[in-house]
Amino acid sequence: MPVKFLCSSGAVGSGIDLPSFREGLALGPDFVASDAGTIDAGPYHLGAGTGAYAYEAIRHDLDILLGEVPRGTPILIGSADTAGGDPHVERTLDVVRDVVSTRKLDPLRVAVIRSEQSKDYLKKMLRQGRIRPLENAPHFDEDTIERSTRIVGMMGAEPLQEALGHNVDLVLAGRCSDSALFAALPIKRGIPEGLAWHAGKVVECGTLTCETYRRGTMYGELTQDHAIITPLGRDLRCTPQSVASHSLYENGDPYLHRECSGTLDLTHARFTQHDPVSVKISGSGYVPADQYSVKLEGVELAGYQTVIVGGIRDPFIIRQFDRWIGEVKAEITERVSKLLGHRLSPSDWRIDVHAYGRNAVMGNREPKLEELPHEIGLVVCLSAPTQELATKIAELSRQPLLHHPIPEWSGSITGFACLFNRAYIERGPYWRFCVHHVVLPHDPMEMFRLDIVTLSA
Amino acid sequence: MKLHELTSLIRSKNAGPFSLTFDIMFSDARAYEHVKASGVLNPVALAKLLHCSPNQIQFFVCDNALAFKATIPRALPAGDPADGDLHGGQQFAPLMEIEIPDLPVK
Repeated sequence: MPVKFLCSSGAVGSGIDLPSFREGLALGPDFVASDAGTIDAGPYHLGAGTGAYAYEAIRHDLDILLGEVPRGTPILIGSADTAGGDPHVERTLDVVRDVVSTRKLDPLRVAVIRSEQSKDYLKKMLRQGRIRPLENAPHFDEDTIERSTRIVGMMGAEPLQEALGHNVDLVLAGRCSDSALFAALPIKRGIPEGLAWHAGKVVECGTLTCETYRRGTMYGELTQDHAIITPLGRDLRCTPQSVASHSLYENGDPYLHRECSGTLDLTHARFTQHDPVSVKISGSGYVPADQYSVKLEGVELAGYQTVIVGGIRDPFIIRQFDRWIGEVKAEITERVSKLLGHRLSPSDWRIDVHAYGRNAVMGNREPKLEELPHEIGLVVCLSAPTQELATKIAELSRQPLLHHPIPEWSGSITGFACLFNRAYIERGPYWRFCVHHVVLPHDPMEMFRLDIVTLSA
Repeated sequence: MKLHELTSLIRSKNAGPFSLTFDIMFSDARAYEHVKASGVLNPVALAKLLHCSPNQIQFFVCDNALAFKATIPRALPAGDPADGDLHGGQQFAPLMEIEIPDLPVK
């Protein structure tokens, strides 16, 4: 018996396409899954405990999932509310409660898997030498753990399989491997791991794996021998090349994809056109790991920011921009040290100038620094340990930006076109990623907390 | 001719918060084979263009996807206050200009 599944959309909140989703449900899938998050959204959401999608967008998708999927077909959602921390799981659960009561649904059995990690557990694992760095990882020690705002573990298929064993209608997981949402049940039913993980990898971004990106629903069928990936929706088509290309997306290595229990190896994967829109995959391998590992994602509070936005049009300033901005920064630094030196040491605060039209996007890698623009946009970010101090630095920055002299002009100049009045915007707290490591747990479940709850209208 | 005249998509993106990955993709197998045979795309040349050392770059030739791929460490982690590209999506522009010998007329 093949195992059949649907990926409802690339992420919960990105919008389910109802006609193609219904078409998919008519095919009788064994489960429906979608991730709801990504680390690509940056450190903010993990730190702040908020998500990147509007409440209404998440509610729209959960309303369709809970309202349309027949009972007996489990729904799996992972990486709740962008970052998959405990507050993210909580907020998603609130939306589920709301849908159940508004639609007056039959009682819904939910497996909730939380993935936030306690500081004590991480310190213990660090002392036991069971935390290892990944490529380009930052320094990580007990102080990092202590300073962190929130650290989550990215679960693999095992906690999901454990949850499915409780005969639930919905699995709501904290931070989770996207592919694991699709691999968990097929592996449980005996589908070869390479095919199960590979099919998950192909569909987890929704129709992004198609030739042209349009709205639709992804359908998959797995057997012992192969996987068939079919896009549902108007004008959607998968080709061997589009499916092979998708394994490049957001991955450092196109062939080897690390998961908790091993590595998906696509070196010998074969892709063929199965019908005009579907692709057949075979030959995907899975190499079990010597040691089970769980990736950590974590952030620490980096400070607070206040921002000034404006522009420069004076060709005399533009042709000596680097010198001019250097002098402006020096003048700001001098004023900060004179007036705020008793509260801020030089390492406590920073000024970052993003010069749009020059090198704001590429920084030092910009190859066209010699080409002078006619206009430069400036975003001046002042960062400090408190919002009050960041704003004070912004207040001290305004005058140097406006009036710093250049030799070509005599008399008082106004060299900066301020966009806003008042000149600054308080941006609030910002976070930085502080960990890029794996934990080697003694057991796949020890980092995750599973609760079974029943929600009633 | 320029590389972008032969490709279907040149893109960059984060591969996690600490790495940046570049995909050079083709829809035409002949154009792909031509670029591959030219040898212009190689780890040393790309490392120079992307300002990293050749031992920091991972380079892949992906025949089944008609694509080349390079992955390098991010200069700054995604979300750093000095970083101007949270998703790493706009770092590919210099690759577009790579000079490729003209595709022979069929």
